[in-house]
Amino acid sequence: MATVRLSFSPAPVHVRTARLVGVAVARRAGVAEELLDEVRLAIGEACTRAVALHNQYGLADLVTVEMSDSEAYAVRVIDHAPIEASVGLTKLPPDELADESLTDEALTTGVGFALLAGFVDDLQVRPVEDGPGTEVRMVWPVQRR
Amino acid sequence: MELSLATRTVDEHTVLEVGGEVDVYTAPRLRERLVELVDSGVRNVVVDLGGVEFLDSTGLGVLVGAMKRLRVANGRFSLVCSKEALLKIFRITALDQVFPIFPTIEAATRDSDGSATS
Repeated sequence: MATVRLSFSPAPVHVRTARLVGVAVARRAGVAEELLDEVRLAIGEACTRAVALHNQYGLADLVTVEMSDSEAYAVRVIDHAPIEASVGLTKLPPDELADESLTDEALTTGVGFALLAGFVDDLQVRPVEDGPGTEVRMVWPVQRR
Repeated sequence: MELSLATRTVDEHTVLEVGGEVDVYTAPRLRERLVELVDSGVRNVVVDLGGVEFLDSTGLGVLVGAMKRLRVANGRFSLVCSKEALLKIFRITALDQVFPIFPTIEAATRDSDGSATS
């Protein structure tokens, strides 16, 4: 089992780094080449969400991304924002997407969740075991060489 | 790859060519450019995503914001996109039902009677 753990301060500029590392580890783990774009997007969305939550709550804590390839390729993105902040994860219906009353933040959150749910078959969002925070866990199959 | 932005005029349309990665870090620059265009009086905007290598929810939010801003100003907003990876993102988020999306700049600018369809 190989595990790579990356922690970064909650700044947008680091999300790209997390995407690059996540895809590099996925490729090495044996995730099919045609899935790598989806892996990149999903890790980016999960990290963007974590960074947004930390900024919303003024938290300087690090966001953690943990990648392991024990059986499949599993990625956990962990934030430390109060748990109630994660409850509003819902996919928006098309007629609400362009609605004037919808804020940019709400739109981005809804669209981000739609992308996560759309691109990751095995997706779980759950509270972290100790302290406040949420873990977004995504799993992709690997091809053993 | 860093975000690149370039504008040009095709007939009465202002085409904003976007390249590179549009994400939570670079999307504010795209938003700024689109706001500048609308504030300067441009009412017919075509955003060409042909050079975009990565687009996330933040970038999509900026595009929706620009479309709303133009709608309020009685303007028109459309996208040019033919990359399947990006089109899939629009389908998954249902934004393909919100934006007029054209495969080429010619198709986007040809439709100049205000009846753009997706």
